[in-house]
Amino acid sequence: MGIRTLIVMLVASVVIIAILATQETYRIFVPGLLEGALLTAKITVLGALLAVAMGVLAALGKLYGPAPVRWLANIYIEIFRGTSALVQLFWLFFVLPQFGINLEAFTVAVLALGLNIGAYGAECARGAITSVARGQWEAATALNMTRFQMLRRIILPQAFIAMIPPWGNLFIELLKSTALVSLITLSDLAFKAQQMNQTTMKTIPIFTLVLLIYLAMSLVITIAMRYLEQRASRGLARGRTV
Amino acid sequence: MWDWAFAFEILPILAHAAIISIEATLVGFVLAAGLGLVLALARIAFPWTAWPISVLVELIRSTPLLIQIFFLYFVFPSFGITLDAFTAGVLALGIHYAAYCSEVYRAGFDNIHRGQWEASIALNLSAWTTFRDIIIPQAIPPIVPALGNYLVALFKETPLLSAIAVLELMQTAKIIGSETFRYTEPITLVGLFFLAMSLVSASLIRAAERYLNRRPAR
Repeated sequence: MGIRTLIVMLVASVVIIAILATQETYRIFVPGLLEGALLTAKITVLGALLAVAMGVLAALGKLYGPAPVRWLANIYIEIFRGTSALVQLFWLFFVLPQFGINLEAFTVAVLALGLNIGAYGAECARGAITSVARGQWEAATALNMTRFQMLRRIILPQAFIAMIPPWGNLFIELLKSTALVSLITLSDLAFKAQQMNQTTMKTIPIFTLVLLIYLAMSLVITIAMRYLEQRASRGLARGRTV
Repeated sequence: MWDWAFAFEILPILAHAAIISIEATLVGFVLAAGLGLVLALARIAFPWTAWPISVLVELIRSTPLLIQIFFLYFVFPSFGITLDAFTAGVLALGIHYAAYCSEVYRAGFDNIHRGQWEASIALNLSAWTTFRDIIIPQAIPPIVPALGNYLVALFKETPLLSAIAVLELMQTAKIIGSETFRYTEPITLVGLFFLAMSLVSASLIRAAERYLNRRPAR
């Protein structure tokens, strides 16, 4: 979908939420749901930061690290991609305390989701790094750069641009998987919805609002990533067509 | 920390629950693959549906599966239909992944050369014959690996059914944990089970990909 259509969808969903918020049946749910949405947004942002850091580190470790680092990166990627996010969340929440490590539910949420998405991100970061043309490495070698300088100044800046679209998809996945934290007692958007549903049994108004709020949030992510992609790839064609 | 005797004691219970997880995966995926195909075909057969379908797909794909599971589970009773947790959960899984699958099918159909359609019209084949004998055999094999990836993804989402108390693997592990106050073994075993299944299915998908890429000589 084009960026215009996405912006129209975002405006439409925000307008629908605003109109519904003036209705008698919906109004009482709005403040609580927005409070939950704030926590969802917080977990998403912190999780995304952790995921990007882990993804890039694991990709670099897998590509250029010495053997033990490579194995470690591989084990991390396989374990977090191979088991489901909910299992990881429960493992950190229920099993770690039995080893004497007590983390707050919020920390567990950010850690589990960030590590989970980071493992998927590692594969797309690896793809982006290897997609940088060979000539770039050769030119950097010819300029007598150290390996670290090459990565930092030449390869990674170009790889980051190629990473933006797949990371956009992963951030949407992250936003969606934050709903799982409601199962470890955090009162995010999904938790609030579930709680209100149990006390009032007004399923349709509550879940309509919740679905619209999630839709609006993921549209914000998609639009932001599209914009970032456009900005970052400005002037790139010059270098690529040579 | 890790008690082998306890792990072996709960293994049969977990194995039994794993069957429910696999059942949910298979039924959910059949639903997803079927419904996804219907959505993709509707877009081709009735062009006016393209816009509403793409909005629907976007809506399903950008909201959490957990919310959709809750929604289906709680909304049906208000229409006077009571679904048991398993049916509601599998239905939600199927619908969620149908949205993803419809995009995969669409990519498959878009890859068929226009000339194939035109040649079918020239040969006076009916729409049904064109689809069954010309389009589907060319469109489906290249997308099997992508569908396979969604099958694995769907399998890894089945623990979400524990949220509406379906007695699948995760729920069973949690019950064992709350009864014995030992979470280490059940949850770790569940994790290992998923890891093993994903590794096996990943290699199966790679094998399928290799097999399907052996295109007949033209």
